[in-house]
Amino acid sequence: MSTDTRPAAPAPVPPSRPVRVERRLPRLAPLGLYLAGLALGAGVSALTGSGLASTVVYGVVLGTLAVYLAARSVEGRRKATDRLVTCLVTTAFALAMVPLVSLVWTVLGNGLARFDATFFTNSMFRVVGEGGGAYHAILGTLVITALATAISVPIGLMTAVYLVEYATGRLKRAITFFVDVMTGIPSIVAGLFAFALFTLLFGNDVRLGVMGAVALSVLMIPVVVRSCEEVLKLVPNELREASLALGVPKWRTIVKVVLPTAIAGLGTGVTLAVARVVGETAPLLVTVGLITGTNLDPFDGRMATLPVFAYYQLTQPGTDTQAFLDRAWTAALVLIILVMALNVVARLISRLLAPKTGR
Amino acid sequence: MTATKAPSEPRSQRAVRRPGDRIFAGSAKASGIFILLVLAGVAAFLVSEAVPALTAPAEDVPGGEGLGAYVAPLVLGTLLGAVLALLVATPLAVGIALYTTYYAPRRVATGMGYVIDLLAAIPSVVYGFWGLAVLAPALVPLHVWAADTLGFLPFFAGPASTSGRTMLTVGLVLAVMILPIISAISREVFSQAPALHREAALALGATRWEMIRMAVLPYGKSGVIGGAMLGLGRALGETMAVAIVLSGGAGATLNLISSSNPSTIASNIALRFPEATGLGINTLIASGLVLFVITLAVNMLARWIVNRRADFSGAN
Repeated sequence: MSTDTRPAAPAPVPPSRPVRVERRLPRLAPLGLYLAGLALGAGVSALTGSGLASTVVYGVVLGTLAVYLAARSVEGRRKATDRLVTCLVTTAFALAMVPLVSLVWTVLGNGLARFDATFFTNSMFRVVGEGGGAYHAILGTLVITALATAISVPIGLMTAVYLVEYATGRLKRAITFFVDVMTGIPSIVAGLFAFALFTLLFGNDVRLGVMGAVALSVLMIPVVVRSCEEVLKLVPNELREASLALGVPKWRTIVKVVLPTAIAGLGTGVTLAVARVVGETAPLLVTVGLITGTNLDPFDGRMATLPVFAYYQLTQPGTDTQAFLDRAWTAALVLIILVMALNVVARLISRLLAPKTGR
Repeated sequence: MTATKAPSEPRSQRAVRRPGDRIFAGSAKASGIFILLVLAGVAAFLVSEAVPALTAPAEDVPGGEGLGAYVAPLVLGTLLGAVLALLVATPLAVGIALYTTYYAPRRVATGMGYVIDLLAAIPSVVYGFWGLAVLAPALVPLHVWAADTLGFLPFFAGPASTSGRTMLTVGLVLAVMILPIISAISREVFSQAPALHREAALALGATRWEMIRMAVLPYGKSGVIGGAMLGLGRALGETMAVAIVLSGGAGATLNLISSSNPSTIASNIALRFPEATGLGINTLIASGLVLFVITLAVNMLARWIVNRRADFSGAN
């Protein structure tokens, strides 16, 4: 920008009437006011003798009010509204942290009591009181989840390949739409579906590990399709064209060029899909049931799984209630650790297998 | 650029279709169609197992007054809990989405998004544990207060539950569970609001909130609505948390804070299915079919709203 067209500035003349002055609160003033409000709220609730929850509620309300009123008197209405919204939005975020922290804290506090070797090496076979563990349930969860993954990944991956590489027109739109809709199927309905399917095939009162795997697959397939589809879309078309131009058949182009390029994202997507179903309780409750001993054959009778184990330990404790509750909380802790570990693995996969970009 | 000579031989045929290609393309298409069949199969098998309950004489259905009388209170309970969750979660989720996209310091914003997403990773049975052990006792004073001060409303008619295992607590647990879904989708649409609109608003002297109100919220509105509907679908079908927390089973009532609450469809199935026999199973599957139809309708509507927005996404 050139400034040479502008006439030389005349000597500054004091304005005849005061121009509007932009008054602002000092930078840290809102924070200070908010904290003062918090302190005041704590004082008020201490005087009325209420608990921690009301202390925080009073404090937040008073702090927000303090900031709003100060801004209103110094900076004007519009700025004050802006500051008010800032306070509200930050409060919303902090409020969402409360259940997360409280939940993790509770599960850790209650779950560590039985987080010992016995828990991981013993089953509940002939255990009525203390002791016992979730060995059978952990292995059962691993077997059923592995089976569900083995069903879901080929179907999900091939569907994603179809949607990205082949499909056109109405069938593509129909599949995309219904895969989206399928992500919303309630897990218990997936369990009922597996139950109805196997009841028609094998007669009444059938309970098999594979039923649970089928139910979990119904929940898992749409997640696998969606994430794989997003990843495959990211593979640059130049790679496909270069391969096809060299005379490579399309299917080998997909297998040898497209999928290896996208392997990091595919691995992440599949791992997150596993993480989503590993904690599912309801479908396993109605299809697999629970036993106290170790059964690792998904085609033969009931199996134990970790979420169902946790649920029954909590809701149907025996005479030694505390032992059952301890086991339930430890199972919940193991479940959270399992899901978090899968999430971490997913991030690691995406970092380690990411395609090497040019130097 | 030198012109290359056209191949002298005329092409005798179109591109070669190798068997490998045909098999691969065929199996890819088959898995796509298989998924559609699975969805149809879910409906078909549920219907086939529900038919005995639909055709059974009214007095044979558990409860003795027919399927409609059995399912109606459950539907009411399901809707009550889910709508309550939605009312609590939506404003919070929008606030969180705004915070992570426009208010949080740039460097930590992504990390905060991950932290919220962690809420979605926790299994529902663990939410049930937490709701039963922590939230329900903590909310008992709120129940008492609500019964005292808001007792004139039918929702808070009381008498207040002493255990806290009420529809109000369930609604709040569900709200926590659907919070990450709504906020993830809202975050996405908010961050896609056209930069030109935002900068124009700021350049005209708008404060940050005015910029958001003028440029971001109108753009993200349908995304938020779609996300809320998806959250509603999740809350309707949520099973274990409700089954553990709610002491349900009583008839239809709008009272949120008393100790007699209607159960929800999903939790009723989870509680009764393991011990059910004969027509009891068919009745439960019929109620599952009702739940399936409700969630399917909600989800299809939500997807339609979200996808409609994608058509005029102003990201260009």
